[in-house]
Amino acid sequence: MTSISATGAPARGAAIDIVSASKRYGGFVALDNVSLHIEAGEFMTLLGPSGSGKTTTLNVVAGFTEVTSGNLDVGGASMVGTPAHKRNIGVVFQHYALFPHMNVGRNVAYPLTLRGIGRAEREKRVARALDMVKMADFAHRYPSELSGGQQQRVALARAIVFDPPILLMDEPLGALDKKLREWLQLEIKRIHRELGTTFVYVTHDQEEALVLSDRIAVFNQGKIEQIGTGRQLYDEPATLFVGKFIGDSTVLRGDVRTSGEETAIAVAGETVVTRKRLPGTMKPVMLLRPEKLSLTRPGQAANGRNRLPGQITEAIYLGSGSKYEVRLRDGSTAIVRSPLEAEIFAIGDAVSLTFAETDAKLLADDGRADLTLT
Amino acid sequence: MQIHTRIVLGLVCMLVAVWLVAPTLVVIPMSFNENKSLAFPPVGFSWQWYENFLTNPEWSSSFFNSLKVASLVAVVATVLGTLAAFGLDRMRNVTTSGFLRMLLITPMVVPGVVLAIGIYAVYLDTRLVGTLTGFVLAHTILAIPFVLIAVSASLEVFDKRLETAAASCGAGRLTAFRTVTLPLILPGILSGLLFAFVTSFDEIIVALFISNPYLKTLPVQIFTSITRDADPTVAAVGTILFLATSFIIAGGLLLGNRQRKG
Repeated sequence: MTSISATGAPARGAAIDIVSASKRYGGFVALDNVSLHIEAGEFMTLLGPSGSGKTTTLNVVAGFTEVTSGNLDVGGASMVGTPAHKRNIGVVFQHYALFPHMNVGRNVAYPLTLRGIGRAEREKRVARALDMVKMADFAHRYPSELSGGQQQRVALARAIVFDPPILLMDEPLGALDKKLREWLQLEIKRIHRELGTTFVYVTHDQEEALVLSDRIAVFNQGKIEQIGTGRQLYDEPATLFVGKFIGDSTVLRGDVRTSGEETAIAVAGETVVTRKRLPGTMKPVMLLRPEKLSLTRPGQAANGRNRLPGQITEAIYLGSGSKYEVRLRDGSTAIVRSPLEAEIFAIGDAVSLTFAETDAKLLADDGRADLTLT
Repeated sequence: MQIHTRIVLGLVCMLVAVWLVAPTLVVIPMSFNENKSLAFPPVGFSWQWYENFLTNPEWSSSFFNSLKVASLVAVVATVLGTLAAFGLDRMRNVTTSGFLRMLLITPMVVPGVVLAIGIYAVYLDTRLVGTLTGFVLAHTILAIPFVLIAVSASLEVFDKRLETAAASCGAGRLTAFRTVTLPLILPGILSGLLFAFVTSFDEIIVALFISNPYLKTLPVQIFTSITRDADPTVAAVGTILFLATSFIIAGGLLLGNRQRKG
């Protein structure tokens, strides 16, 4: 794999193929038969709670961890057994990992020095990389003199300066505050567009995943639950875990009756219906997105066949609309987002929760969904 | 009240400082004594004992012997101690590494005389008494614990994740060690080196056993000279050593300060 072209022009991204990869530590299964194909130049985010296997997957690609079984192809060549330093993959760490005894310029030049690139070419490339992360004025500073956000930008420059076909990022913004994180997300997106490198990004923050990614792989307990675009994951979650992990959601559980292609669930005496049916014998639950639910006063007319009584327990004004938490009779909580022009409710108000039959997602009630959510 | 406390505190500190340093400082005026006695206070003023130290071959040769032995010991012990510290630091099995660490540190804990008798017995058979090799071997054993402790301490605060980062940049294990680990634990290695040098330079117990008329180190020469006749050259040597070590320590502190800022 030669990705540093003679001209120094940026190499295009490489595709990654993880095939039936497993990783066991003694009795603990960190990665359970995971397969994932990442397109060349794609921005793929590995999303999941801590301990779900997303970082293990990243470490397998980087070469910091070897798989117990399975295969890893990068750009069409198997990487199993190739040590990390020979993989030519850029890595950005959550803890920055800048070398404290080198200034910014020497940190960024480090990968080039190791590759025996001459001084003139090295300086040109360091300047270009620092320019790209907007740190050109800091070349003579030491990492200890920089803020967290600045350090991470230097780390990013160090990871892209040798034009790797793949860039891995392990929760790179995890230690930064919200404002800075949002700004750097856009910077990372821009750099991805400009480089055309394959980006693999690990995070537990679903909003961050939605902002950045072409596609997202949702991890849970060492397995991938679903791979898809943000829109696919939000609109058509394959599992209850994905539905609950991406975005806000309301889950309705109760006694189930099916007739024909309809499924009815009895929630605290009231029955809600959807024109869908789960195959097999799995117990279904209904999942509803907050903007698909609407609130009315009890007895007031509303569209939608499904109505559930409840009481407002939290009302949050968001500027662009309002968010309510509604306590249902069975004790569960529904989350509702209503548009700006909708009626305003206050905490304690009795309401009717209504939704269209077509808006309820029917998902299998698997035990894995609740364990890791906090 | 504040000022009072501060004055009292200052005085007490002064007292302790004087109490600690005074016995050493007594040597300085004694070294300029005109009479051939170690009496205090000294009488008159002369450089003759300094002259004797420089011209008398017994003194100068023992001084150079010590310098030679200590320099070799510093290098050998630093290399071995650093490798040992690194190996122990990376060992997966904590029980084994703890046991090995204890084993390597025993020369510091075992009473010097016991060690000296053991070394002497072995050296008699292997004809190492009075040889440079014998001195370097014995003193290296004594110096390794100091290097091990100093380097281990700096490895403890060294962030191993930097080696992973170096690997992701394309550095193999050895390159990563040379370009990242080594520069960052260098202060520990240097202080280990200094400790190893000093340990060998003023070691007397083992040296008394394994010296012979052909190879004598400075501490042995001082000891024999002061037990045979009260030669004030001892005071001159003491003064020279005192000043030399003071400069080395001051230099080390200054260097340390500069590094911390950088």
